Amino acid sequence: MSQVGANGSSGPIPGQSAAGRDEPVVVFENVSMAFGPTPVLEDLSFTVRRGQTRILLGPAGVGKSVLLKLVNGLLRPTHGRIFVFGHEISAMKEQELFEVRGAIGTVFQEGALFDSLTVRDNVGYRLIEEHLPDEEITRRVTEALRFVELEHTLEKFPSELSGGMRRRVAIARAIVTNPRLILYDSPTAGLDPITSTTIIELVMKQRDVSHTSSLVVTHRLQDAFILAMHRFSVETNGMVPLPAHQADEHTSFLMLNQGRLVFDGTTAELVKSNDPFIQAYLS
Amino acid sequence: MALDTLDSAAKRGVLAMQEYALLSGRALSNLFRRPFYAADIFQQADIIGVGSLPIVIMTGFFLGGVLALQSSSTLTQFGATAFTGQLVSFSMIKEIGPVVTALMVSGRNASGMASELGSMMVTEQIDAMRALGTDPLKKLVMPRIVATMVMLFFLTILSDAVGILGGGLVSVMMMGQDGSQYFHNAYQSLEYPDILQGLVKPIVFGFIIATIGCYYGMKTRGGTQGVGRSTTQAVVWSSMLIIVMDFIISRFMIGIFGR
Repeated sequence: MSQVGANGSSGPIPGQSAAGRDEPVVVFENVSMAFGPTPVLEDLSFTVRRGQTRILLGPAGVGKSVLLKLVNGLLRPTHGRIFVFGHEISAMKEQELFEVRGAIGTVFQEGALFDSLTVRDNVGYRLIEEHLPDEEITRRVTEALRFVELEHTLEKFPSELSGGMRRRVAIARAIVTNPRLILYDSPTAGLDPITSTTIIELVMKQRDVSHTSSLVVTHRLQDAFILAMHRFSVETNGMVPLPAHQADEHTSFLMLNQGRLVFDGTTAELVKSNDPFIQAYLS
Repeated sequence: MALDTLDSAAKRGVLAMQEYALLSGRALSNLFRRPFYAADIFQQADIIGVGSLPIVIMTGFFLGGVLALQSSSTLTQFGATAFTGQLVSFSMIKEIGPVVTALMVSGRNASGMASELGSMMVTEQIDAMRALGTDPLKKLVMPRIVATMVMLFFLTILSDAVGILGGGLVSVMMMGQDGSQYFHNAYQSLEYPDILQGLVKPIVFGFIIATIGCYYGMKTRGGTQGVGRSTTQAVVWSSMLIIVMDFIISRFMIGIFGR
């Protein structure tokens, strides 16, 4: 397994790092991706550092979901290198990738829950695969479901839940093993505004309570700015707005257009950008 | 233009062969790598083996019966009705038992595997499984291959036995033949190469059914329509390959053993 980091040094083993906040969790180096002759992503380079939440914006069909699948190795780039926790995952075999993926939580666009398993078995899937005792699985699953306020759905099947509840169960499944990186693929797509806000609040809670690094894909500006301009309050168990003209310091933006990265910066820089595409997108 | 079409069709064919070989090879290599997923193998064995029992018994019984019916009417013309048992047991054990059982299991399970895995593909459940650190070839494909190979082996033995029994009942009750003569002939005429041929085939056919079903399931694209397409292709290709492999194995065995 390749463990050479982006800077050429040996990378840490997932889950055992003691490095500081600046430690890169995800590094893209000149990554391109094409399906057949059609290029989807071209020459992308960016970094997600420890504790950072990076919001990936862009129009529908621009390759945002493809980018997330590149991060956890579900797809391989046609060019360039991708490092996750210091491992060059773009050069690893599928068997080796399973170990790295153990430290990554993924929330798929439609939840992608296993429809023949109960909520308990869905959320505890990874724990069951690790052959943990039943009592411990139930305890940890209940804990994760409590985080998304769905502990009463333990024995239900995904088909018995609403769209928003399924998405919350998917978040519980992603966080149950306390991953070091969470990938959210349009977690609010197709949901009503109230449910969307609930989901974004959960993403924020994970960011501010567990300080987990994350990459959030969305094409909904409203969700992106709620995430950037609010913080989660443990006292009120809800989100509270940050003071005027302030944004969360650990949250920043990436923007894709026509397969290229057209923006990489903070919330303030995004709002003040003179790029015509960004201005049109934000307006 | 026509050459381009031919060229791309040939490339698609070679690519499909390569993907199929890779899927089969990787799934089988997982057999000796931890975790073993024994529970999944038993679950699949139950679905494939126990679930297929009624259709295998029914088809085996009536095929044996119809074989006796048809062959005895022909044998009567030569005054050789005593050989009905031999003809039924030969046909059932060497050809009809393995092939028809495999076709029945293919219709039931290759389609089931393709539709189940296909649905999981289009709803991103397979991607989710990979993202959760589980190899779907190990968790989903390998247990289906092992279970189908093992269960088809036993289902074929059962089908052979029930077929010979069905032939016996028809011979005795409808043709008025002697039961002990029928079963004596059916048993005495068999030799080890015949049994071997009848036992090798279901193992190969089981591999074909499971790998084709899983292959089409795992390459499903395009929503519910894609699932339907994969299901149909899985049944068509597995049935066709069973017949082709039956010919190849028969020729190979006859070449070695002379019968």
